[in-house]
Amino acid sequence: MFGFGILSGVIFLPLVGVAFLLTQKGDDDASLRNIRWATLATTLTTFALSLFIWSGFDQTSAAFQFVEQKNWLGSGLVYKMGVDGFSMPFVLLTTFLMPFAILASWDSVQKRVKEYMIAFLVLETLMIGVFCALDLVLFYLFFEGGLIPMFLIIGIWGGKRRVYASFKFFLYTLVGSLLMLVAILAMYGKAGTTDITVLLNTDFPKEMQTWLWLAFFASFAVKMPMWPVHTWLPDAHVEAPTAGSVILAAILLKMGGYGFIRFSLPMFPDASTHFAPLIYALSVIAIVYTSLVALVQEDIKKLIAYSSVAHMGYVTMGLFTLNAQGMQGAIFQMISHGFVSGALFLCVGVIYDRMHTREIAAYGGLVNRMPIYAFVFMLFTMANVGLPGTTGFIGEFLSLAGAFQASSWVALIATSGVIFSAAYALYLYRRVICGALEKPSLMTITDLTPREIAIFAPLVLITIYYGVQPQAILNATQASVDNLIQTHTALIDAVKLAAAGQ
Amino acid sequence: MPFFVQLAHHFLPETILAVGVLVLILIGAWRGERGFGLVDEMAVGILGLALVTIALSSTPGASVFDGAYVDDGFSRFMKALTLIGAIVSILLSVDWLQRNGLEKFEYPVLIILSTLGMLLLISADNLIALYLGLELMSLALYVMAAFARDDGKSSEAGLKYFVLGALSSGMMLYGASLLYGFAGTISFSGIAAVVSTSAPIGVIFGLVFVLAALAFKMSAAPFHMWTPDVYQGAPTPVTAFFASAAKMAAVAITLRLVFTAFPSAKDQWRQIVVFISIASMLLGSFAAIGQENIKRLMAYSSIGHMGFALIGLAAADEAGVRGVAIYLTIYLIMTLGTFAAILAMRVQGRYVENVADLAGLSRTNGWMAFFLAMLMFSLAGVPPLAGFFAKYYVLLAAVDAGLFSLAVIGVLASAVAAYYYLRVVKVMYFDEPAPAFDRAPMAVRAVLAVSTLALLGFWVYPTPVMDAAAAAAKSLF
Repeated sequence: MFGFGILSGVIFLPLVGVAFLLTQKGDDDASLRNIRWATLATTLTTFALSLFIWSGFDQTSAAFQFVEQKNWLGSGLVYKMGVDGFSMPFVLLTTFLMPFAILASWDSVQKRVKEYMIAFLVLETLMIGVFCALDLVLFYLFFEGGLIPMFLIIGIWGGKRRVYASFKFFLYTLVGSLLMLVAILAMYGKAGTTDITVLLNTDFPKEMQTWLWLAFFASFAVKMPMWPVHTWLPDAHVEAPTAGSVILAAILLKMGGYGFIRFSLPMFPDASTHFAPLIYALSVIAIVYTSLVALVQEDIKKLIAYSSVAHMGYVTMGLFTLNAQGMQGAIFQMISHGFVSGALFLCVGVIYDRMHTREIAAYGGLVNRMPIYAFVFMLFTMANVGLPGTTGFIGEFLSLAGAFQASSWVALIATSGVIFSAAYALYLYRRVICGALEKPSLMTITDLTPREIAIFAPLVLITIYYGVQPQAILNATQASVDNLIQTHTALIDAVKLAAAGQ
Repeated sequence: MPFFVQLAHHFLPETILAVGVLVLILIGAWRGERGFGLVDEMAVGILGLALVTIALSSTPGASVFDGAYVDDGFSRFMKALTLIGAIVSILLSVDWLQRNGLEKFEYPVLIILSTLGMLLLISADNLIALYLGLELMSLALYVMAAFARDDGKSSEAGLKYFVLGALSSGMMLYGASLLYGFAGTISFSGIAAVVSTSAPIGVIFGLVFVLAALAFKMSAAPFHMWTPDVYQGAPTPVTAFFASAAKMAAVAITLRLVFTAFPSAKDQWRQIVVFISIASMLLGSFAAIGQENIKRLMAYSSIGHMGFALIGLAAADEAGVRGVAIYLTIYLIMTLGTFAAILAMRVQGRYVENVADLAGLSRTNGWMAFFLAMLMFSLAGVPPLAGFFAKYYVLLAAVDAGLFSLAVIGVLASAVAAYYYLRVVKVMYFDEPAPAFDRAPMAVRAVLAVSTLALLGFWVYPTPVMDAAAAAAKSLF
């Protein structure tokens, strides 16, 4: 339509929903129901459309597909969209999880419902845009534009310390991305374009690569988040409403990893090799240290947030091993973490909606009154630990296997994180679910409602399905990963040859 | 070229304003206080007519009046911005003046006189024309700052502005006399010819003084001290005029002076510009954090923004000037929109101006809160709002010119600045509601809505601004 392709359709479809919501007036139950159903319908349609794109996606090719391009601003900037094996899974992850986020807010959000739904739909547009943009400036627009809705979601619908958390989230991310902006401008100055497909084939001088890499690193490390700039995440998670936490953990964090794959690794190969030890060090610190921190948390959400930081440590470690297992594992880990951490935050949301507290000490023995919930929570706890048969295992195993090839020391320390993660996850499970039901406040707690079961059922199935059949996801990313590694090796070899020749 | 042809082709907007202002004074003198409404509407008409003549002018640029005055693409672009600022300032002021018992016909007359000074300043091509334009603009502004003459704060603002403004005029004259003494000419191109071989130390000395005086008018640190007090004390519509139109003229003449009179002394003035830029950005970011009064907050914000615009000047090339031109356009829209919002802050007939008065605005007046929030995000430079593109193009020029550290300081300062813009959003969206505002007049609501929509939609169709700014920058080189 108007010369735009189906990718633009999937990106801007949520905005159509926004336009409809804006026409809705009134606070009565009927219009609130309209608003909720319209939002759900929008996200489901978006998901259906992205599935349609997926059905036409050629998995054997590493090239960008569904590319569309328009001149824009008339000064070297272009509107260019496309997906490849790296971005396609993330687009699907985003559109898949959005309906769950909406369903999770069905009853728990009662104030300013319309604004809430608009914020989420705008956020969806911006998130899909990040994964599809093939122009650096366009990428930046989407990447940073996402701060506004998330800032409002945390700040308006969040918990007690929401103001602090929302400011911290915004300012941390902003500082990182502004440095990236300077790097983007420098790349534009050097290459004369911000077209990602061109930049992927541009050789930046070695010294320049170092600076560019550091600037991009500043942005993605905060977004990931990597130790020691992870401290905004626990605050943001604790204060955000359930759906906000789900989206934050499942998708926003993945933008950091996606950024490393899309920009840092292929565009600055020398610098990536050079800085790989730094990344390993930060990753293993994140894995071990934040796992230990998670052990002592009193707040369920905070515990899961720290566990997210630890899991992202596997991702960064895997990505920078630059071998097929490591990278595939890292990407798989990101997808898996999207399902699992999203589901875990939904689990917390279930009991929070009932008891309005996230203190671990306020619970205990829930299995007696909530057997279905206990099962669901156990499954996702196990997936988080990395139990074979769940998606968590595949990601951790592959990234550790990749790390062994790169450095056995790194892998050795990182593996200890698996044990720690089992420790904090099971410890949490024991305190919340097991034991006798002693607290009087819990005597009347009810098990999952049909709506909640409907939310969890697909997530349970998908976690187990891809845990047993990981090939489906691995195939999608295979071609792109191989291509990246080949190009990277060729470039590094060329540098080595040149160095030897001198 | 015969005199009247020059007048018609290259001096028409100024002629319209000069003749118009005389007519308005006569009407005002004839009808007295009752003449306000008529004079006000005619003033908008006169300024609008001048804007139309600029928009329609198709004659190639030329230097007229024996090289005192230059009419080119750059001056037309900046004049258009100035006139827009003046027109919107008048539109915003009507209701405010009436509610405060200040509906005097002198107000629109002073705005036109000051705008005339700005147009002369923008087109000045020698030191005499520069000084004439500067003083015509400033004298009218001093009076306007003290326009609410029964209000102690307003009188104080006028006095402060006048005393410090006189000081800066003194610096300007001192610097200009040094330039004339050492270069032997007052014309910009003449000075450029002298400087091109070797710059005598006296010329550089004079340049420093002239730049200091212009930095004062731009309210760039370290010559910013008057800004917060004057912004806070002056009547709010006057502040809007200071922050919009006056800034355009001051930046425009600075660009013209350094690029036409000192193109080969680039290394000398660049140091000054870089210093002023960094100082302004840091001051604007950090000093605004503790402000409770929103007009004072906007004063520091404008200091920071001037610092950011000067990054483009520090790049010292065509891309830099284009960046500055885009920056000023977007800054103008943001400033006018924000001041429209401030003018809408009225509780039970009384104007309020504290950030805390905005508390919970999202629930009492959702649209206004949304517009003001978008203005704040735009001022902070968050994409996809227009404020981001303003920063983008000056930073692009700076990075191209190799000024990496300046660019990095700039973005870090803007991250600090984001804090206090976010604070306004936080107060509006996260806090419990304060008393609701009265219904704002039509003009104020319209300005607020139009400017916000322009910022929101800028990325969809930015071409007109981009092209005009590129043409303006081209004509300066």
